[in-house]
Amino acid sequence: MEQIPLEHILLLSAALFSIGVLAVISKRHAVVVLMGIELIFNAANLNLVAFSRHDPQLLQGQLFSLFVILVAAAEAAVALAIVLRVYQYFKTANLNQIVTPEK
Amino acid sequence: MLFYIFAILAVLSGAYMVLTRNLLYAGFSLLITLLSIAGIYVLLFADFIAVTQLMVYVGGVLVLLLFGIMLSSRVHDKSVLSENVNTVWGTLVAGFILVGLSYTILKANISTLPWLQTTELDVLGNQKSTVQSIGIKLMTDVVVPFELASLLLLIALMGAAYIATDKQKV
Repeated sequence: MEQIPLEHILLLSAALFSIGVLAVISKRHAVVVLMGIELIFNAANLNLVAFSRHDPQLLQGQLFSLFVILVAAAEAAVALAIVLRVYQYFKTANLNQIVTPEK
Repeated sequence: MLFYIFAILAVLSGAYMVLTRNLLYAGFSLLITLLSIAGIYVLLFADFIAVTQLMVYVGGVLVLLLFGIMLSSRVHDKSVLSENVNTVWGTLVAGFILVGLSYTILKANISTLPWLQTTELDVLGNQKSTVQSIGIKLMTDVVVPFELASLLLLIALMGAAYIATDKQKV
């Protein structure tokens, strides 16, 4: 079985990372911004797993990416809870319309 | 060959996630991206990570995101469409990052690095999967981060449940 060149995996990861950055910058709905952040996490994970191929005894990259997945799951849960609270309070999840009402 | 199919699928659906304005389409194209990344993990000899990706991301986080979309927008309304702002600046920054990273990766000649040359890519060796070695390592080398991770998950669960509760009725 032929090996996937390391550069190609890194290039794919760079592409996914920049797509995630674009989503975070250009989208105004809070949930889509979260999706962009998930994409960035996945790009980082891909690099960790790709380099873990060269570390067969220790598998440090794979262990690291396990913890990254775990923290991403915790982050998504708390962030969505915050988004739901914000939606209940401001009646919108658009990040540009979330302003404190004047007293 | 399979890797390139998965890679193209991941990048295309990721790009569609950014381009579409419908939140639900964005969610489902993120699903395709995550699935292709799980496939790439399998090709990189990371079977346990691939299954974790499927269970946590596709089964957990994505469903949570879809719930978030459903609960924070009215589907027949305009609010299910996401507004695009900063398109020019966003494209510039993302393109700059992409070009910079690609240039660096291609320039760095990573495959010729000495420590990568000395290692062999036979991850699995005699074993059938990485599950056993990952399990042993989770209970020996990284047992403290593992326990801290369980504590973090508990705190995040409690915090999310507390934040999302309607406090007026209590």
